[in-house]
Formats: sequence, C-alpha cells, structure tokens
Amino acid sequence: MSWFKREKKKIETTTARKELPGELWHKCPSCGDILYRKDLAARVSVCGNCGHHFRVGTDDYLELLLDQGSFRELDADLSSVDALGFVDSKSYAQRLEEYRERTRRNDAIVCGLGAIDDVEVSIGVMDFGFMGGSMGSVVGEKVARAIERAIERRIPLVIVSASGGARMQEGVLSLMQMGKTSTLLAELATNGLPFIAVDTDPTTGGVTASYAMLGDVIYAEPHAQIGFAGPRVIKQTIGEDLPDEFQTAEFLLEHGFVDAVVPRDRLKRIISRTLRWMLGREALAEEE
Amino acid sequence: MTTGAYLDFERPIIELEEKIAEMEAMAEERGIDVSAELSTLQAKLTRLKEDIFTNLSPIQRVQLARHPRRPYPLDFIERCFTDWVELHGDRAYADDHAMISGMARFDGQPVMVIGQQKGRGTKENLQRNFGMPHPEGYRKALRMMRLAEKFGHPVITLIDTPGAYPGIGAEERGQAEAIAYNLREMAALRVPTISVVTGEGASGGALGIGITDRILILENAFYSVISPEGCAAILWKDGEKRDIAARAMKITAGDLFELGVVDEIVVEPMGGAHTDYAAIARAVDDAVRRHLTEITAWDSDDRIKRRREKYRQMGAWQSEAGVHAARRGDSPAPTAS
Repeated sequence: MSWFKREKKKIETTTARKELPGELWHKCPSCGDILYRKDLAARVSVCGNCGHHFRVGTDDYLELLLDQGSFRELDADLSSVDALGFVDSKSYAQRLEEYRERTRRNDAIVCGLGAIDDVEVSIGVMDFGFMGGSMGSVVGEKVARAIERAIERRIPLVIVSASGGARMQEGVLSLMQMGKTSTLLAELATNGLPFIAVDTDPTTGGVTASYAMLGDVIYAEPHAQIGFAGPRVIKQTIGEDLPDEFQTAEFLLEHGFVDAVVPRDRLKRIISRTLRWMLGREALAEEE
Repeated sequence: MTTGAYLDFERPIIELEEKIAEMEAMAEERGIDVSAELSTLQAKLTRLKEDIFTNLSPIQRVQLARHPRRPYPLDFIERCFTDWVELHGDRAYADDHAMISGMARFDGQPVMVIGQQKGRGTKENLQRNFGMPHPEGYRKALRMMRLAEKFGHPVITLIDTPGAYPGIGAEERGQAEAIAYNLREMAALRVPTISVVTGEGASGGALGIGITDRILILENAFYSVISPEGCAAILWKDGEKRDIAARAMKITAGDLFELGVVDEIVVEPMGGAHTDYAAIARAVDDAVRRHLTEITAWDSDDRIKRRREKYRQMGAWQSEAGVHAARRGDSPAPTAS
C-alpha cells in the first residue's frame, strides 16, 4: 500500500496555470507569489511577500552566519562505513556512494571553526540533502569533535540542525549517537561554555531528542517543522487529525520549547548578540 | 503455566507440556506407573525446547521480548530488591504510570529503581499506556535520579518500552526535550548507574533512561533505533517485512554485544524469561551485583569520565586516520564502503 497515494481529486482551477521559466522565477509555495530568483537570493531565500522561508543548504548557512572568509572546515574526511552490512532496496554502501556523488560531501554535517562578528565559534551545520540529514556514526562523531573543539579552545558552540532523525541503516549505533553527543554536551556545560542550537526545517527524531533541544538558547526559523515523532506516526497512533501549526517553530515557542523564532535575515545578528551577552563582550553598535 | 497467550513457535512446546501434564494427572487418578513414558517425554521436551530456542530468528526474539507473560520491571523489583517504596510524579505536571520509580534495597544497600512498566491485560495496559511514557515520565525519572544522587545511592533502570509515546500532548509537553535533557543529565550523575534492557529497548524512549555506566541486556531482549515494523514500513514500504528489518538492523543481544553497545548478556532460562521468573530474576540479580560492585569502587569523577568515554567510542566511521570499527575485541573490522 502506498502511503502517498492521492485519494482525493486535485483542486481544479479554471484559470490557466502560470508557466515559469524555472531559472529566472520561483513560485512561493505558501502565498503563490512569483519571485524573481535574484531577489529571492538577496533575501536569503525568504519570500518578500509572505515571509515563507525556503529551505537552504549548508553552504548558505555558513555564508549567512559566519564572517566572510573566516570558515575553516575540519573533519571533512570522516565518512560512514557500512558496519551492519545493511541492505534494503539497495545496500547502505551504495546509498552512501550515491549521496556522496550527489552532494559532494562525505556525510550529513559540515563542521569547523569560524567567526560570528569576530567571536570565534566551533560550528556544525547539518545537510538535509544528505540522506535526509540523518544522524549516523559520522554525524555523531563530528558533533562530538565540534564539542571537544569548543572545550579545548574555550569557545562557544553553534549547531544548525536539519534532520529527519536517526539513520536506520546504522541500527543501534545511530541511536547511541544521541547518547554520545549529549554526554559531551554535559561536559561542555560543566565548562561553562555557550551552546546555541539553531533548529531549521525540518528538525525531528533523534536529533531533536538530543543536541537540537539542548542549547543554552534554542532559536528556530519561522515555520520550521520541529518535533520528536513524525506527524504520520502520531496521526496513526491517535487516529485523529493533528491541530494546525502542530510541530511548527511557533507551536514550540507557544509551548515553551524554543527561546525565540528568528527570521533568517536576523539570525546572525541575534546569535552574535547572544554570544556577546553570554561571554560578557562589548555589544555591537545597534543597527540602523 | 499454560494459561494466557503464547507465540506460534511456542505451540509445539505448549502442546507437549500439556500432554505430559495430562499423563501425570491420569497416572495419579488411576494409580498406574508411567514414569518410563514420562521421562521419555520429558527428554523430548528438553530437546524440543533446545531445538527451538537455540535457533531463534531476530524477529522471534522480538516476539519474546514482547511476550504478554514477559516479566516486567515490577516483577524484577519484587524478586531482586527489598523494602520497595514507589514514588510518584514529576512535581510539574503529572504522574506517568508508564514509568515507575522508587526507593529499594539491593543486598541491603539503598538504590533507586526506575523502569518502564507495561500492563497485564487491557485495563492495566490503558492505565500504563502500554509502557510508552510521556515527557512527564522522563522528568519523573530524572527527579528520582537526582534524589538518589543527593544521598549518594546508585540508580538502576529497567528498560522495557515500545517507545516514547507519539501523541499530541507528548509533543506539546516536549517529548524530545525531556529525553534530550535526560541524556545529558544522566551523563553527569555522580552516582553509579546501571541499565538493564529486560524487554523492548525501542529507540529514544528507551535511551531516555539508559545513559549509564553499564548496560546489561536479557538474552531475548532487543535494543533498536526504531521498531522492526517502523523500519520495514519506511525502508521496505511494507510493515510486514519486519523479520527482514529486524535481521538487517542487528538488534539482538548478541549483535549488540558484538557492536560494543552492551556490556553483558543475561542468559534467560531455556524457553524464555517468562517460563521461569525466579530463574531470570536470579540471573539479573547476579549480573547487577557484579557490575555494581565494580563501578561503585570508582570515584565519582573517574566514573563520569569513564561513562563519557564509553559513549564516545560508540559508532563506526573512517577517516584518513583509519577505520574506527564498532566491534568488540579483535574481531575483523567491517569493510570500508
């Protein structure tokens, strides 16, 4: 049985569909506005009409958050091994190879050192494009090393999450990465070092149930899906429809689980202000 | 013990046991000597059990872990501990009946015992939410750990859950945060901690009380990132493929030991833990005693460091520096992909 089978007929409209030359224009899935691609890029992929946040990639966040030229990637050579010899419709080894090819990355997170308004940070940015940002041994190990780097250099930690959860193809080893990262975060906390978690669309499952919910401060992007269990699983379990806005950043804000919902174009400013506050550094001049 | 449900693969054993019982009853009633026939049947029964139970498939072990007559945490508490006083509530929202906790004594030594508790029968299962805790369950567990820490007593957790409950209220009250927070705080507990996976160790819901100095697992229990059914539904698009998923995910006690995730396998009586509560309780008691003695000898700072190092080593990856294998001892490293 297909889970995605459409049972209802699509809504039909009488007006002719607007055809868009894809390379120049982009249609906002939220308000339907037609956006000029260049404008969209200038607005860090946020719809100028309704504020819809398009998903952006790992490199975009690094560029958005870090001072120009400050990023130095580390542990890029870490890659997954198929420890279980896992095969579903294809082998895990083959799947990894395909994603490496497609994303030009070894796994679902990029880590390193950089600066946010001259504050040196240990940073990790997850890549949802690599197997749905799933956390396996490599993501766990790289986050662990990023935490250790923060401790060693006595600098803050910033992790931008985007993940569908734990990586099933690594079985219990992926589950244990939740333990590994959280255990090291306990050590970070003992050292009195700041950890800022930035949760983007989507942040779910094992990543939410570990470091994405353990920031001293947790910021979320507008409308990002953030939750523990998948909506489909919940719906199946309880047998009723889910409330509107369920598991959105705003829902978590309302229930007290994120500190603030921060629009993408304000993210760097707010993180910078937070870090400077935490470290007792001089505040930056207010923006115009 | 033939009342209650049994599994398909247990049927031949149950039938033979019934036959033996019938013969014994008949012999007694008519006063005839059937000891020769009985001993033949008993020998056959032993062989049959061995045949079935030494060749269990992963999914059969999962079925045993979920057996309706499986001993649950309260059954172990009754047999392995004394002076039990159950303590309730997270002091914030509610008392979660899927998570039990309380003061007890182990060999006279004060300990805190915490575990997920399933119900027997529909009514109790509804009350216990089938052993699936809400956030208040995890917060209650942590409150009890802190209580133990305050007085310097060890914490023993008994893991048996199909998972943390996936529901609206659970999300509203921060299921992910509650689990995440427990993981971090358990890592820093100054007292000795041991977890025993007695039945189902399903995902974050199990791990939420499972960051401990030692992790023990019963022979037919399992520990997994997702239930075999859930994995099958997602990767095979068919929940019926759960046997394949169970095999692929390497979730049995033997696999977990091999992967360096658990420290000891507690052997179950032939026929499974549910066939002899006293025997499995003795085995758990013995294993917990040995590990507790070892980890109690360490000083707190050392213990926290060792705990962190234990989790630090988990996983398999490769880098320019070589392969970090998730294997115990000298067994061959997995092939790099």
